[in-house]
Amino acid sequence: MRRGIGFWTGLSFTLLISAFLILPIFASVIAGVTANQFVGLSSGLTTRWILDVWANYGGTVLLSLQIAFATLAITLLLGVPAAYVLARHAGVTARLIEEALVMPVAVPGLATALGLILAYGAVGGLRSSWYFILVGHVVFCLPFMMRAVLAVLLAIDLNRLEEAARACGASWAQRFFGVVLPNIRGGILAGSLMVVTLSLGEFNMTLLLHTPFTRTLPVGLADAYTALRTEMASAYTLIFFALIVPLLSAMQWVVGRMDQQGRSR
Amino acid sequence: MHDRLRAGLLIAPALAVFLAFFLIPLGYLAVAGGAGGYSAILTEPRFLRSLVSTLLVAAATTVITLFIATIMGLFLARVRFRGRSTLLALLTLPLAFPGVVVGYLVIMLAGRQGLVAEVSMALGGDRIVFAYSLAGLLLGYVYFSIPRTLLTLMAAAEKLDPRLEEAARSLGASPFGVLRDVLLPGMAPAMAAAGAICFATATGAFGTAFALASRIDVLPMVIYTEFTLQANLAVAAALSFLLGIATWAVLALARGASGGAAA
Amino acid sequence: MSIAISLRSCGKTWAGGARGLLPIDMDITAGETLVLLGPSGCGKTTLLRLIAGLEVPDAGGQVLFDGKDVTRLPIERRNVGMVFQSYALFPNMDVTGNIGYGLRVRGFAKNEVQNRVAEMLEMMQLTEFRNRSIDALSGGQRQRVALARAIAPRPQVLLLDEPLSALDARLREQLRQEIDTLLRALGITAIYVTHDQSEAMALGDRICVMDAGRIAQMGSGRDLYHHPANAFVADFIGDANKYVTQTGEVILRPEELSLRPDPNAAFMITRVTFLGPVLRVMVRHPDGQELRADVADDVTLQPGMRVEVSVGGASLMKADPPALD
Repeated sequence: MRRGIGFWTGLSFTLLISAFLILPIFASVIAGVTANQFVGLSSGLTTRWILDVWANYGGTVLLSLQIAFATLAITLLLGVPAAYVLARHAGVTARLIEEALVMPVAVPGLATALGLILAYGAVGGLRSSWYFILVGHVVFCLPFMMRAVLAVLLAIDLNRLEEAARACGASWAQRFFGVVLPNIRGGILAGSLMVVTLSLGEFNMTLLLHTPFTRTLPVGLADAYTALRTEMASAYTLIFFALIVPLLSAMQWVVGRMDQQGRSR
Repeated sequence: MHDRLRAGLLIAPALAVFLAFFLIPLGYLAVAGGAGGYSAILTEPRFLRSLVSTLLVAAATTVITLFIATIMGLFLARVRFRGRSTLLALLTLPLAFPGVVVGYLVIMLAGRQGLVAEVSMALGGDRIVFAYSLAGLLLGYVYFSIPRTLLTLMAAAEKLDPRLEEAARSLGASPFGVLRDVLLPGMAPAMAAAGAICFATATGAFGTAFALASRIDVLPMVIYTEFTLQANLAVAAALSFLLGIATWAVLALARGASGGAAA
Repeated sequence: MSIAISLRSCGKTWAGGARGLLPIDMDITAGETLVLLGPSGCGKTTLLRLIAGLEVPDAGGQVLFDGKDVTRLPIERRNVGMVFQSYALFPNMDVTGNIGYGLRVRGFAKNEVQNRVAEMLEMMQLTEFRNRSIDALSGGQRQRVALARAIAPRPQVLLLDEPLSALDARLREQLRQEIDTLLRALGITAIYVTHDQSEAMALGDRICVMDAGRIAQMGSGRDLYHHPANAFVADFIGDANKYVTQTGEVILRPEELSLRPDPNAAFMITRVTFLGPVLRVMVRHPDGQELRADVADDVTLQPGMRVEVSVGGASLMKADPPALD
């Protein structure tokens, strides 16, 4: 493409929108480490706000991590076999089941959470335990794991590979663990990063499902935004970014590598 | 038969979780509204007003986002410059931000000590603050809608056959003609799909409005208020059930129309 | 150890009610190479998959291996080797891993697996590629790995589903010869599916031509070529002119026709194309029918010239009305 007026207009527009998306992130990060918000950066950098936030809200971070990894374990156990079955079956029933299983993504978290409270809010100690939040996160994250794995399963010509393994004499367990799983590692990894990322950031459901003793990171953030000063709120947000950005970068790297492999085949 | 049994056993756990923790709760939600809840929605103007403003905000978000993402998608799909991949990585970061964080970022941008306020003051003007108004809410919605829409439209733009554009140009079409007759029609299915997702997400979005404590009563905020502050369970349940059905239907329609291209 | 295979009224009806294969009876002798030949959708792959154990025939059908009923036995317990159209090599394993897979899942001892794989690598001239990943192989190399993987466990039957269709013409020719040599050396019962008649001719002890879910004709290549059972077989094996005489339709091979200039003959040359090995001459009868003749290059044959057409030695027709063959 010649770099005519079209290019420069497009570039300016793109950079303007990029600034809109990116600048607030930087502003927030800087505010979180600036010693004096009113003086600005010249007042020097400090980790004081981050330490303060950690002292008060560190628990929310740990709980969020605990929930995220528990969600990951469960969605792996449920989602990978489900995706395998859906990839192997072409019938109407399989498509209907697939359609049903991804429904929770399409319904706002607020509605799902309200439903969970109505159905199970009075069951034993569930309402006050972190398992209640875990249940919500599993329901919401399962479709993402399933779809990430399913996409790879459909791309590798699963049926042909399995037939080849059968022709070599492999039993079901031998081919599932020896051929299927190793060939969908990329999808499982991408799905896992996705699930952890989503669970760490889930707010819409968690706000209704949590109790004062089961506050997660985003719920704590919401509280901080209304209750705390800008530097504290920003420092708290910075902690969230520090968790989420590496995960997201790793995910982009994994997906990019899978694309490359897909092309080389 | 053996095969079918195994398939059933493998998918049963996922189905059980879906049934127990999604479908049954949804059933409770549908019933909990009762006749009172559903009729209140129709009779109290407050709820209808919030419904209308929610749909308007979602529609405006969709239009603005599609406009921005189409231009950027077409541009980023066809040009290569240094730092492009870094820029793309940065642009997709907000995908993982919860609504509350987006709301906070709008405050960083357009709040009392926000970037816009600082810049406008530095230029000798008034302190411009619009984070808590309708404009701020829209800004937040557009903020979290752009990354996903952009990814979809960029992928669609990359799939366009460059020979079509070359053919149009060989026939004498102007750049605008190429855009109108070749590029936009080629992107239309992806735009419809991405637009539907954008609309459904904006309708159900909650965190941003919550963080901005905005004066615009979007439906999810009304549901939250009715549930926590008024303890008006019937109306909250009825509203959220309708909201859930509506967003699901919009997405299902979009998926059907685009042949599964939409997420 | 090769085995005989018999099919007894094996048909296949798909879930939607479409008939993939009409009930077929077939006997395959131990050690022979049978080629299933036909256009796409003729049922040849379905038949192969029935023999493999990847599909189960409709009720009443039976697959017998050396007289033993294996109809309900899944492929993993039939001891067959199979080569797939797109190779279906396992991307998560290297060349050695792929070739040894069948031995490992059968529980062979480690050193036995190693020895057998080394033997296969040697035989297929793959030794230098033994640690390559599948992505780093050429099409021909992948094909060899797929073959080696299929025969490494010493199956009783080797099934090949269009194994060369993904390769370009020259490589196909070369690998065809390699496969031929291999099948002769192994003496294994082999069933080979293809839509390419020259592949079928080169490899098949017998060829089974299939059309629309049934067997059109089964026999040696020579049989099929010289005595086609019907127009479909004649058309599919080699080139054929269809010519309607007063007693009915005859099939005439272009290379069996010869031309002799004769100003009083009924046929007139309409087009002459030089193809290299042969000269293709189109001739037209006054009744409008056209014939294609492949003859030795002859610069005197020109459009507009009248010629007498003869088949082998016998003259087909000299003047109006057409004399009959």
